Amino acid sequence: MKLLNQSVKHLSISLLLIIGVWGTVLFFNIVDEVKENVDEGLENYKRQIVFRAHQDTAVLKQMNLNENFYSIQEIGKGEYFDTVNIFTDTMIRVQDADDVAPRLAPVRMLKTAFEDGGKKYRLKIINPMIENEDLIERLFENMIWLYISLIFAIVLINNIVLRRVWRPFYNLLAQMKAYRLGKGESLPEVKTKTKEFIDLQKAIDTLLRHNIRIYEQQKSFIGNAAHELQTPLAIVINKLELLIEKGELSEDQAHSIVKTMQIIERLTRLNKSLLLLSKIENRQFIQEQEVDFNTLIAEEIESLQDVADFKKIKISVVENKRFTKTINFSLAHILVSNLLRNALFHNIEKGNVYISIQKNKLTISNTGIKKPLDRDHIFKSFYKSSSKSENTGLGLAIAKAIADIYGISINYYFRNEHHHFEIKI
Amino acid sequence: MKILVVEDEKDLSELIVQSLSKEKYVVETACDFHAAMEKIGSYQYDCILLDIGLPGGDGLEVLKSLREEGKSENIIIISAKDSIEDKITGLNLGADDYLTKPFHIAELNARVKALLRRKKLESRQNLEFGNISMDIDDRQVFIHNEKVDLNRKEFDILNYFLFNKNRLVSKMSLAEHVWGDNIDQADNFDFVYYQIKNLRKKLKEVDAGIEIESVYGTGYRVREQ
Repeated sequence: MKLLNQSVKHLSISLLLIIGVWGTVLFFNIVDEVKENVDEGLENYKRQIVFRAHQDTAVLKQMNLNENFYSIQEIGKGEYFDTVNIFTDTMIRVQDADDVAPRLAPVRMLKTAFEDGGKKYRLKIINPMIENEDLIERLFENMIWLYISLIFAIVLINNIVLRRVWRPFYNLLAQMKAYRLGKGESLPEVKTKTKEFIDLQKAIDTLLRHNIRIYEQQKSFIGNAAHELQTPLAIVINKLELLIEKGELSEDQAHSIVKTMQIIERLTRLNKSLLLLSKIENRQFIQEQEVDFNTLIAEEIESLQDVADFKKIKISVVENKRFTKTINFSLAHILVSNLLRNALFHNIEKGNVYISIQKNKLTISNTGIKKPLDRDHIFKSFYKSSSKSENTGLGLAIAKAIADIYGISINYYFRNEHHHFEIKI
Repeated sequence: MKILVVEDEKDLSELIVQSLSKEKYVVETACDFHAAMEKIGSYQYDCILLDIGLPGGDGLEVLKSLREEGKSENIIIISAKDSIEDKITGLNLGADDYLTKPFHIAELNARVKALLRRKKLESRQNLEFGNISMDIDDRQVFIHNEKVDLNRKEFDILNYFLFNKNRLVSKMSLAEHVWGDNIDQADNFDFVYYQIKNLRKKLKEVDAGIEIESVYGTGYRVREQ
């Protein structure tokens, strides 16, 4: 949920509560105020009635409330008499001009008593009251409108004002999303005077600078490691080459030196592969382009043809569609060539390699040992199915690392005595 | 022909000097940034082998200052960094070639010779050995003035051998040069032997006057018969 909507959500819930409580309180206040007013009016009436009754005894004949808004009844001797004013809410039947039948309507009633000419009278005066239902209805209606207009105003203000206030934040966010370590971009920056956003920007700056430094360190570490290892390796290989070139060696000595050279060459390959793997995992291959795998595979087969011919392996390709993907070109090349070499080098004499290219799927299958390989470990570093010492055991791990960073799935299965490697996008 | 080797690793520098001296080049060395700048400032070289990871300064700075002064020495960068980006940076700064460590002596030889030929010998001169005359630009081989048909790889192999006359060419080095970097997982380069066998046969048929001899089972050497 967006920040803007989030605040609207919370505000609308609390406003509903506030308005509800406020409305209830308002209702009781109004009712109280009205009663107070009515009661005062009733007391006034009482004084007038008592005064008129004293002058005009006809007034005392008003026995019930049907014709007038007051009634007077004589109290017999010995009956309870008290001149205290008692106000009560009650209902009486009334029929207004617009009513078809009499209906009950709320009234305020003053019950009291007075003495006139030695006789005691009970006096009841009524005054029509606001009907509660009507009041509640009206109040409720008004509150709903208030609520709606408040929400409407809030949404409007949120969208106009808050959006403007938060603009630096969204701007910063967009820049952060687009930021990639190692691409040498400038740090995210927005122009703002809001303290929080300035703080946020500072925090991001610090964090990014820290990350950039680590990234640079790591990168130069890898570069240095390469340098430090490759140079001694170069020295050893070249020394041995010059030694052999000189001749003057016995068969035995030459044999030992050749063996040593082979081991060093293996070491060189291993070192190169490890560096490559760590570079891939550090995502140091940045530039991407649309790569056509059909062409790539054709080129790769061409360059490996001699190796295949030597082992009398037949390579066949079935192309149904073009398989394309936006990927770093070197990595695409390494991915294809590692899978293809894997299919060749773990093959048997006069074996087969089948390559099937579909729109989103590329399968390379080959003959080889006649039992399935360990699916769980085959893509792990230094996994070796055979004791072929020339292998670094990193070829498939590198392929997997490449697939992983581009979200390509890579799978192995054994079917019809063929090892299948399948990549899917 | 005068060559300057700028390399901080003494052992490697020595080996390069040893190897290049065999080809009758005059070779001098510089082992750090300042020595390199000094030598380049005072002398003229036909080719400079430049390690870019130097003590005292970045090797690329040497390259920059050379190009800024308008000097046109041939430069081959030798570096342990093998990423395409590094190569492109080096080549953009005006290097003529980029060689990744570790390299084979034969590869270095071939690169130096190819570069010197390309840059210095404006008049086209064929590479001659035995009865062979090789036109590198047109990728053609003549024996007794008759054109010999070689496929792409056979030509590359022969070319590599002719750049390394009388020198050891290891199978690994040959495989890398002809089949590319990616061949490095090959079982044991038996397929190289297979190609050499074919080439030997072809050369013998046309009386090429050269012999590709095996050296201790690890490589080959080309000699005049």
